[in-house]
Amino acid sequence: MNTTLLAGIAALLLPVIGLAGEYSLTVDRVKIDTGDFVKTGIGYNGKSPGPVLRFREGEEVSINVTNNLDEMTSIHWHGLILPFDQDGVPGISFPGIRPGETFTYRFPIQQAGTYWFHSHSGFQEPDGAYGAIVIEPEGREPFRYDREYVVQLTDKHPHSGDRIMRNLKMIPDYYNRQQQTVGEFFSDVSENGLMNTVRDRIAWGDMRMMKADVEDLQGFTGLINGKGPEQNWTGLFEPGERIRLRFINSSAMTYFDIRIPGLDMTVVQADGNNVQPVNVDEFRIGVAETYDVIVRPRQARAYTIFAESMGRSGYARATLAPEEGLEADVPQLREPARLTMADMGGMPGMDHGSMAGMDHGSMDMSGTDGMSGMGDPSMKGMDHSGMAGMDHSNMQEMDHSGMAGMDHDSMEMPKGGASDPFYAKGSGLVPVAANGGKFLSYADLKAQNPLYEDREPTREIELRLTGNMERYIWSINGVKYEDADPIRLQYGERVRFKFVNETMMTHPMHLHGMWSILEVGAGQWNPIKHTVSVQPGTTVYMETEVDEPGQWAFHCHLSYHAAAGMFRKVIVEGGPESAQAKAKAGATTEEGGDA
Amino acid sequence: MSRIRLLGAVSLLVSIGFPTALAAQEMISDTTARKQPLTTWGVQLEEFEYRYSDDDEELGVWDADSFYGTDELKLRWISKGEYSLEERAYESLENQLVGQVPISKFFDAKAGVRFDTPEGPDRTYAVLGVVGLAPQWFEIDANLYMSDEGDTSADLDAEYEWLLTNYWILYATLDATVAFSEDREIGVGKGLVSTETGLRLSYDLIDRTFSPYVGVVHERKYGDTADFAKAGGGGTEDWFAVIGARLAF
Repeated sequence: MNTTLLAGIAALLLPVIGLAGEYSLTVDRVKIDTGDFVKTGIGYNGKSPGPVLRFREGEEVSINVTNNLDEMTSIHWHGLILPFDQDGVPGISFPGIRPGETFTYRFPIQQAGTYWFHSHSGFQEPDGAYGAIVIEPEGREPFRYDREYVVQLTDKHPHSGDRIMRNLKMIPDYYNRQQQTVGEFFSDVSENGLMNTVRDRIAWGDMRMMKADVEDLQGFTGLINGKGPEQNWTGLFEPGERIRLRFINSSAMTYFDIRIPGLDMTVVQADGNNVQPVNVDEFRIGVAETYDVIVRPRQARAYTIFAESMGRSGYARATLAPEEGLEADVPQLREPARLTMADMGGMPGMDHGSMAGMDHGSMDMSGTDGMSGMGDPSMKGMDHSGMAGMDHSNMQEMDHSGMAGMDHDSMEMPKGGASDPFYAKGSGLVPVAANGGKFLSYADLKAQNPLYEDREPTREIELRLTGNMERYIWSINGVKYEDADPIRLQYGERVRFKFVNETMMTHPMHLHGMWSILEVGAGQWNPIKHTVSVQPGTTVYMETEVDEPGQWAFHCHLSYHAAAGMFRKVIVEGGPESAQAKAKAGATTEEGGDA
Repeated sequence: MSRIRLLGAVSLLVSIGFPTALAAQEMISDTTARKQPLTTWGVQLEEFEYRYSDDDEELGVWDADSFYGTDELKLRWISKGEYSLEERAYESLENQLVGQVPISKFFDAKAGVRFDTPEGPDRTYAVLGVVGLAPQWFEIDANLYMSDEGDTSADLDAEYEWLLTNYWILYATLDATVAFSEDREIGVGKGLVSTETGLRLSYDLIDRTFSPYVGVVHERKYGDTADFAKAGGGGTEDWFAVIGARLAF
């Protein structure tokens, strides 16, 4: 009855709509061949990744999604601003798409840029159910390019998502093959001395935390546009052309550090929104983020796009070349990352107070390791004598007065002397460009055109990112989604979210339906994103103009963290008249009349 | 009723010519699996091995642990056995069924029953225990038992692993049993009953699903328990060479 009615209304309204595009997707069981292994997975229109959907800004799209699986499915349009019931999250936006059913999404395209879509049901997304969205803008873009490619990354694992979740719950370090070994103990001893190394191991053992806990899920093959490193996806160019590369990280769990040896990259867009151009040698793309970069290869030779996982357990690789079949050198993976005590900044009982004035990032202490017991009372008596090889030239900002108790010999400094305000000072995860050049920081991102007038937030909501690695429980404010009440926002307010990462892992936080304005200290030019990475031991702020009524998902985009509880429902109360009625109705079903 | 509301909403939308007929859909409450406690299961065999003793005794031994449940409540079935290949009989055979709940960040409490059904007299015990990860990465499993004969005892299992590499792993284990009263019928004397220490070198061949190992195990009985064993013509100390595999699925 309802569907007939709706179909009738839609038919009635169709002539009114100026620009309307109809698209069709089927959700299918597919074969995925990474070059390393072949497995069955889930894809769209018979393939994983699915097609690139090309929309036009201002277009009214209708997308027919036919579920050919024997289980429920859904499609979420990641980063798109649309009515909440078109957002595609089962249990929040709509009930989901039943086996055999065709569901038609209808929404206006109100933005431009690079986005993606994926299933929001179970582990269908890690199993292959994802694709890219490219939206042509109505007006001109503030940059030029001659050709463009989507470069969509994923971390394809031989195990199914269900099995990975079960294994992580049974043995949380099931997939971690970068743990500290007896061999590493001895190499640390020879580098930092026996006592420092023992103290370091005891400090971590006391917390029952692993310095190697950077990537939960290892053993994947990195894919670019569905091709493994050996299959080498290749994008063609004519020397001298400007190429726009639309990087999308569709991984379940993996951050990638991306570089193209021999080419500068100009970042022009982040999460679909134009940013003031930044030239970089390398950038880190969080799970679910997108970055558009422009490169201009001038030589008629091949260039490798090298995407190394943040924990260095795997990589994806592709090639830009003037003709098919050419390839360039593929770099070696760098050493696995090791967390430091700085990454434990959110841990209760850790005192970093004495280090307040110290800027670790500006210190060059390449090759040191094992910041044993930092913030530990046993570190009396700082010994500078062992710092012979240290570059003091850029240490002006360093304040020694507060460092009375520090032993530099045993402190871990980011290799290469990089600094990034979005990482804890002294963090083992601070990214460093392989060629020693510029590595993109969130602090470099400035909006090209602010979407909103800058104004004071009406209130702040603190979200502590919490978890227990040994139980593989992930939560917000210590509460898993299954036990959590929704976060209630008022239509029209501007909310400041304060993320405090108390875990030792990086979490890419994604709010559906409304923009996340990332606080980078650029005022009205703070960048507008849909996914915000929060590094261990850091506090990150973002602001949201609450301008979309309805209810929305808000979660860590690491698939297995979201499934383990790091997930919330957000309800936007109030709003335009029709939406208000809906919100009331929703509140009634939610709480049995307590509206 | 809801149809009338829908019609009303639709007519309103049509009247203002706003093309979002779907906006009539109400906000739903989340009844998907995501909103339910995550239920999971697993089976692990920490020991599944052949033992050959310095007295030419041959044993088949397992230590298996299966669970089903959520973060808040798990049901566990723990099964341990030692089968003598010569005598074609179980030297020991125990099965525990316990419920397990978290009590701290790293520890769970468990309670349930244990059935011992080896060759010889059977026993049933009530079990109360804690299991978890102690500082410095010691895996601890400690239990108190009270038998249907009224005898109480306790055991402690500790395990520590050295990663020689990320695939070659050396496991050290210590199991110790203490009895607070004598149960002569099953050869248990008061005091420290027995210890079993093991050292096993394993290699993760298929993920963590199949990890073959070789090792040595030392078993010793103490005090009255040792005397009972001697009186029965048995030994009080054994060294075994072992070969087997850790399994997890």
